[in-house]
Amino acid sequence: MRRSRLSRCVQRGTLLVFVLLLALAGAQVYAQSTPQQSALQPAGPVARMQLDLFMLTVYIAIGIFTLVVGLLLIAIVRFRSRPGRPEPKQVTGNNTLEVVWTIVPVILVAIIAVPTVRGLFFVDTPPEGESITVNVTAHQWWWEFEYPDYGIVTANEMRIPTGKVVKLNLTSSDVIHSFWVPNLAGKMDTNPGRWNSMWLQADTPGVYYGQCAEFCGVAHANMRFRVIAETPEEFDAWVARWEEALVEPVVHAETPDLVARGAEAFMDRACFACHAIAGTDAKGVVGPNLTLFGTRTSLAAGMLDNTPENLAAWIRDPQAIKPGNQMPRLNVPEEDIQAIVAYLHSLR
Amino acid sequence: MATITSTTARTLLRPTAQKGLLSWLTTVDHKRIGIMYFWTALFFLFIGGVEALIIRLQLARPNQTLVHPETFNQLFTMHGTTMIFLAVMPLIAAFINYLLPLMIGARDVAFPRLNAFSYWIFLLGGIFLNIPWFFGQAPNAAWTGYVPLTLNQYSPGLNADYWLAGLQLVGLGTLISGFNFIVTIFNMRAPGMTLLRMPVFAWTTLIMSFLVIMAFPSITIALFFIMFDRMFGTHFFNIAAGADITLWQHLFWVFGHPEVYILILPAMGIISEVVPTFSRKPLFGYSVMVFSTVAIGFLGFSVWSHHMFTIGMGAVANTAFALTTMTIAIPTGIKMFNWIGTLWGGSIRFKTPMLYALGFLSMFVIGGLSGVMHSAAPANMQQHDTYFVIAHFHYVLIGGALFGLLAGMHYWFPKVTGRLMNERLGVASFIFSLIGFNMTFFPHHFLGLMGMPRRIYTYDAAMGWNTLNMLSTVGAFVLAFGFTLVLVNLLVSIKKGKEAGPDPWDARTLEWITETPPPVYNFAVTPLVSSRDEFWARKYQGAPALAAEEPGPIILPAPSYFPLLMSIALTVAAFGLVYSNLLLTIGLAATLLCIIGWAFEGVGEVTIYPKGFEQQ
Repeated sequence: MRRSRLSRCVQRGTLLVFVLLLALAGAQVYAQSTPQQSALQPAGPVARMQLDLFMLTVYIAIGIFTLVVGLLLIAIVRFRSRPGRPEPKQVTGNNTLEVVWTIVPVILVAIIAVPTVRGLFFVDTPPEGESITVNVTAHQWWWEFEYPDYGIVTANEMRIPTGKVVKLNLTSSDVIHSFWVPNLAGKMDTNPGRWNSMWLQADTPGVYYGQCAEFCGVAHANMRFRVIAETPEEFDAWVARWEEALVEPVVHAETPDLVARGAEAFMDRACFACHAIAGTDAKGVVGPNLTLFGTRTSLAAGMLDNTPENLAAWIRDPQAIKPGNQMPRLNVPEEDIQAIVAYLHSLR
Repeated sequence: MATITSTTARTLLRPTAQKGLLSWLTTVDHKRIGIMYFWTALFFLFIGGVEALIIRLQLARPNQTLVHPETFNQLFTMHGTTMIFLAVMPLIAAFINYLLPLMIGARDVAFPRLNAFSYWIFLLGGIFLNIPWFFGQAPNAAWTGYVPLTLNQYSPGLNADYWLAGLQLVGLGTLISGFNFIVTIFNMRAPGMTLLRMPVFAWTTLIMSFLVIMAFPSITIALFFIMFDRMFGTHFFNIAAGADITLWQHLFWVFGHPEVYILILPAMGIISEVVPTFSRKPLFGYSVMVFSTVAIGFLGFSVWSHHMFTIGMGAVANTAFALTTMTIAIPTGIKMFNWIGTLWGGSIRFKTPMLYALGFLSMFVIGGLSGVMHSAAPANMQQHDTYFVIAHFHYVLIGGALFGLLAGMHYWFPKVTGRLMNERLGVASFIFSLIGFNMTFFPHHFLGLMGMPRRIYTYDAAMGWNTLNMLSTVGAFVLAFGFTLVLVNLLVSIKKGKEAGPDPWDARTLEWITETPPPVYNFAVTPLVSSRDEFWARKYQGAPALAAEEPGPIILPAPSYFPLLMSIALTVAAFGLVYSNLLLTIGLAATLLCIIGWAFEGVGEVTIYPKGFEQQ
């Protein structure tokens, strides 16, 4: 009696697990409607190939799981101990079965192996055709993007033209980081002292979110970035603006006095020691390059939207927003903060 | 009662205490050492569990500030380090220590004093690793300790020093255990117990021990590289001097991947004991099971770079490691089907040990399948270092290793204590653990695919990860409740459990032949083994209960002070590595003295006249 109660317990437990899994699947569907960065919603050929390969493994896995757990459940129900059941035959094995369940996994593995190898060479070899090159340098805890063909150096937001191959060379100035934009491509580590390469391509315009994926110290969680894919025309316009900016900073000043005060404060408060702004005397290379800062959508390595309020809060106390980052709290007077904010936002 | 006389050679006095604290501090009895491993491992499992719960609380909702990011980094670093080196491995060591000699018909392991030393150095190393919690500088560079993050420039504090020195202590104990178990298995099996008559648990112990002695030297050397870079300014990982920092990753994973099989193989061994007993059938395809274990052991050394598909090795190297990784699925699949083959046609009893074993079979298959997904290297580039990986290895380590160990714990508890664990509590603990475990870790698959990297202390509300993270945190507490029930069951059953009798499960293997709990000498007379399932053969197949020796006095190794003393000396040296060269010198000098004392304390032995054969 006790025995059968226990077996009922087991059955109920198993049932519960399955209900739970179903519930989880439901939760997943619900949550999946809004993820900001996701390998499940590819927007380019690399990520699409990776998802296709993944789904192949998922289908095979579901098949094997159903088979194994199905057999387990059948065995549990059919061969549960009952009163009056004869003692089981002491079977020690079966060679035919052993051969079968050796060969079946070999075949399944081979089915996965072929697209795996093909995919490895696919991600390793950028296709022929129009391309741009971006050199990515990871820093604790932000991203530097250099476009060697255009003389552009920017930070935390990588603009790319849609439909073109983007060849990336990646390195790091300090520890290992990993460059990852799930919607566009799997990750590639940035190793100090070495250049890695990868490629990606965005099919449609949009903002694709990315994040450092290799633990790199205290602000690892806040080392994010954005890839902004634009039509080739928009991208060319952006490059053209940069060419102007290299000669002198492009200033769209609604409040010229404030902006002028901000430009002064930027130098007085020694912001230039770490930050560069093309066309000015600010040539620091420790922190992110701030040229055309007003065109950026985000702050603090993708953490915050680039609003005047957020920027002011950041300058006021960077450590409160992003603990451990390398910009110290500089005790800039409030009026200078407002001026610097106006100045930086006029760079567009 | 057995009578005991001691005939210690009087070069240096060996302790003689049979009871009390001193007897435990100086014991060389594999069963007592096994019990100490068990409780110490449970203690560290508790610490690692609390760390996990704090991690889950911090991540329950976006933008939480429960702990400082620095503390969070220490928490997940120590959670990983603790669970692997201080909880699961020692728990495995507990089972091997207690059961291996009993299963192969031996009276102790080959090197009993070294065995005690392994335990003490593990205990002190475990405490050592946790000491910097008290001044807020616990290791914080992840359990993988990647350079250059662990070098002076990026980790100027004591965190990395404690991690490096502590792992060396723990690793030393593990290495010595590995040698000890191998020599024991090769030399001390009872007559008639050929290698292919050994219980599968003994086989998995053997393969695991080979993995230990071949994998641990790699991390030992790599840890010394970082240590020397930090202490003496050597250039092993100095990029400016031309070093390639991926060297650390290679050395680490040449250890780290076999380590995964070090954790899972003994659990597979336990399952291979529990499933036959509760199905009342012999293990299906015994020799295939043995050879697939060997195959996993070999292949385990050819796959390490699948942890490094994103470091930029290039398509050719990635292809090689993707293919070797896939081949591991084959012997693992074979094992799974053989366990099902064992169940098939049996008469299955659903006692707690069997429930955990069935939990193992169904959960491990999920972990194994996500492992196959990882081997598809281009897809792995999306999964690597995300919560998908966290899901995978927790299915292998909790659903696999820990469920296997819990099956073993409920199965052999009566052997150790003479009492049964409470069945009702056992079933409840299983159900809560199984549900809590799946609730915690199944959502991690999706979180990873939805872009959540591992080792982040916070995330933005707009990422779309909120619901699944909350679900996971709630699940973690359900799981913790399940494990608490296991602990309660243990504590209650030790004192109040039902009398088990000598053979509560109608078991099959040698350890159940002797008394329960086993006497200090294990077997009054060494049995002569004639069958794979010797006990079953004697009970049901008319095999004669033969002995391999005449009844008579039994000689056992005498206790010793030196395993403990030498562990203390080496721990002092480890503090020296962190703080001062003087302390290091003192520690090493004391170690040398201990080695001399160890060598010269003479051949101590205790002669025992077992029950019924008292001294004439």
